[in-house]
Amino acid sequence: MTVEIPDVKKNWPHTINAVTIGATSAEGGTRTSTVTIGGETTLPFYHFEGTMPNKPVVAMEVWDIPAEDWPDTVREPFADVLADPGAWAKACVETFGAELICLRLKGCDPNGADRSPDEAAAAAKQVAEAVGVPLIVWGCGNDDKDNEVFPVVAEALSGENCLLGTITEDNYKTLTALGTAYGHKLIAESPVDINMAKQVNILALDVGFPSENIVIYPSTGALGYGLEYVYSIMERLRIAGLKGDKVVAMPMLCDIGIEVWSIKEAKAPEDEVPGWGDVKARGPMWEASTATAYLLAGADVLIMRHPEAVRITKETISRLMGGGA
Amino acid sequence: MAKVTGIDIYKLLPKTNCGDCNFPTCMAFAMQVAAKKAALDQCPHVSAEAQSALGDAQAPPMLTVTIGAGEHELAVGGETVLFRHEEKFHHPTGVAIRISAGADDAEIDARLDAIAKLHFTRVGEEIGVNLVAIDGEGVDAARFGSVVEKVHGKTDLPLILLSADAGNLEAALNGAAASHPLIGPATDANWEAIAEIAGEKKLPILVRADSLEKLGELAEGLKGKGIENLVLQPDAEDLIGTLTQLTLLRRLSLEKVFRPLGYPTLAVAAGSSSEADSVAAGAAVCRYAGIVITDETDPERILPILTVRQNVYTDPTVPNAIEAKLYEIGSPGPDAPVILTTNFALTYFTVAGEVENSKVSAYITVVDTEGLGVLNAYADDKFTAESVVKTVQAQGAMDKVNHNKLIIPGLVAVLRMEIQEESGWEVIVGPEDAAGIPTFLRTEWSA
Repeated sequence: MTVEIPDVKKNWPHTINAVTIGATSAEGGTRTSTVTIGGETTLPFYHFEGTMPNKPVVAMEVWDIPAEDWPDTVREPFADVLADPGAWAKACVETFGAELICLRLKGCDPNGADRSPDEAAAAAKQVAEAVGVPLIVWGCGNDDKDNEVFPVVAEALSGENCLLGTITEDNYKTLTALGTAYGHKLIAESPVDINMAKQVNILALDVGFPSENIVIYPSTGALGYGLEYVYSIMERLRIAGLKGDKVVAMPMLCDIGIEVWSIKEAKAPEDEVPGWGDVKARGPMWEASTATAYLLAGADVLIMRHPEAVRITKETISRLMGGGA
Repeated sequence: MAKVTGIDIYKLLPKTNCGDCNFPTCMAFAMQVAAKKAALDQCPHVSAEAQSALGDAQAPPMLTVTIGAGEHELAVGGETVLFRHEEKFHHPTGVAIRISAGADDAEIDARLDAIAKLHFTRVGEEIGVNLVAIDGEGVDAARFGSVVEKVHGKTDLPLILLSADAGNLEAALNGAAASHPLIGPATDANWEAIAEIAGEKKLPILVRADSLEKLGELAEGLKGKGIENLVLQPDAEDLIGTLTQLTLLRRLSLEKVFRPLGYPTLAVAAGSSSEADSVAAGAAVCRYAGIVITDETDPERILPILTVRQNVYTDPTVPNAIEAKLYEIGSPGPDAPVILTTNFALTYFTVAGEVENSKVSAYITVVDTEGLGVLNAYADDKFTAESVVKTVQAQGAMDKVNHNKLIIPGLVAVLRMEIQEESGWEVIVGPEDAAGIPTFLRTEWSA
């Protein structure tokens, strides 16, 4: 008996924007390599019906101040370099295979070290000089302070074609202007809500910032902590983009490390959670498992912390792209 | 979606609008039947012909298959959508741990002991592994039979018995058949022999092939022998091949209602490093596997798989709410802060996590906002000064402390005066974002 299998392939009418981060000297920057994300013509890893010309990438997170509150498991690999953002970034790239560096300007937080815009820019320059990969720069999260810090940082990194973040519905004017003035791409943040994801992109467009230069950050929840909400929002955003909604046809970013390394599953030693297994293995496993779920939901950039989680995730990306096993 | 529409159903109804079905019109009734909110037999006048036409069309596009018996019986399949935002996924992926019958007895015992421990409580829900798969490759009938008997005696979990040799399966079934195991794999070479063994006892069969065409042929062959409780295993070379086949099977059964492949699926996540196998199992859960088999037994590699399943199979239409009550973080004393939040699980766990991070013991008093976060609850009038004061009083947080300070979320700073006036407490506005809690508690809080 022969069974004929019906064709279930779909032809999606629209393509997700491809966004390039980083600029080489020929392009007005000092990066030794650039990274392009997005460009999908189908759902994540549906190679059978469309193309995914650019594989998802892993950025590793570096802070402008020593990350004292990171749990031991994830601080240890960086113990020697935590005080020096340049050396820290170098270790991420050269030893642990980071494809981008995400500098988080945690030190600028007015409720913390409250460092100055010049200090932030100095840290950014240190990282830019130490590594050749493209850079993501993430503010401290306090709108007023970020709006003081980014003008100095964006200028210091002028021409480097960084990915800066984040713009939100309430705070997008400063960064969109800086992105245009100094040649940077932007991360548009929304709180696990498809309409708000659209809204912030529309606001940026309205002030003349092109949607081709935007990466969507739909918020991130760690595995076990609301991942399913973000997962479904990402699936819906990607489906909408492929169907032709240009305002959301953009690559997506997940901020994995910061979420995973604040939860019990990644942090609690086994004597606090009997039967959950060795925390040194559990933490990286949790980060990699969270990353994998988001890859399947459509993530194009993952910001991560633990070298072992990065290793597993890069291997997973290679397998999902058809690189064997 | 290849669904039967209300119009399709309407055409088969008497169109008399008699109301005997308790709906005002035939059209209204048809829409309810299409939405699966009413059954066709609620219409006493529908013809037998129409009933059978609709019955076929309305048969579920993917069958549900049950494995095991009793308390741990597992149903897989019966899925109705491709994406969890459309409707919930119905039957959470069964996680199976594989035991090789060729391993020595001590190792088998050790694995069974490990499996018995793979049960956890997360977010108030019990999660655990569901099945034990016994792989009889390379052993004779006697050995396979004795291992199956041993495992059957030691675990209540449903079994998957794996052997290409139908004779070995038959030998192993003597003791285990009553527990209704999944047996197989049925392949081109052995499917008729396996059909004979399974048919008698009505056991579910695992069908394995390296192409969808072949899977369809085998499934149709088995169906021809009256066997329909099948689980399909697309045998791909690598992870992406497996995920692709699982995706195609899901689309075929749900979008095309392609009956020859309308069954639940099984994937094996094994053969790479432990870490890679664990994330591959999680990926198979995300990509529709009805059952996933792994060789891992370490909790740090099983718990993430179970949590992926817990997340992906959460009903997206039900707000994720926790019990609204007074929670203690650490060991709060009389001078501990009292923190107010909502019963949206994500909000609560984020707040609780940050309070833990702060290393300051505290009370968290939780308002029932029907699972809405702070801003949504405020907008919906489910987080008002009145409901806050009532909740805090009923939960008794203020009776446990020697101060009268209540910390409210920064996002509802606007409620401060109103709560203060209504209650007489000193109301302190906390940070807008939970991430600010550790700093807030360490630097700004004092009883």
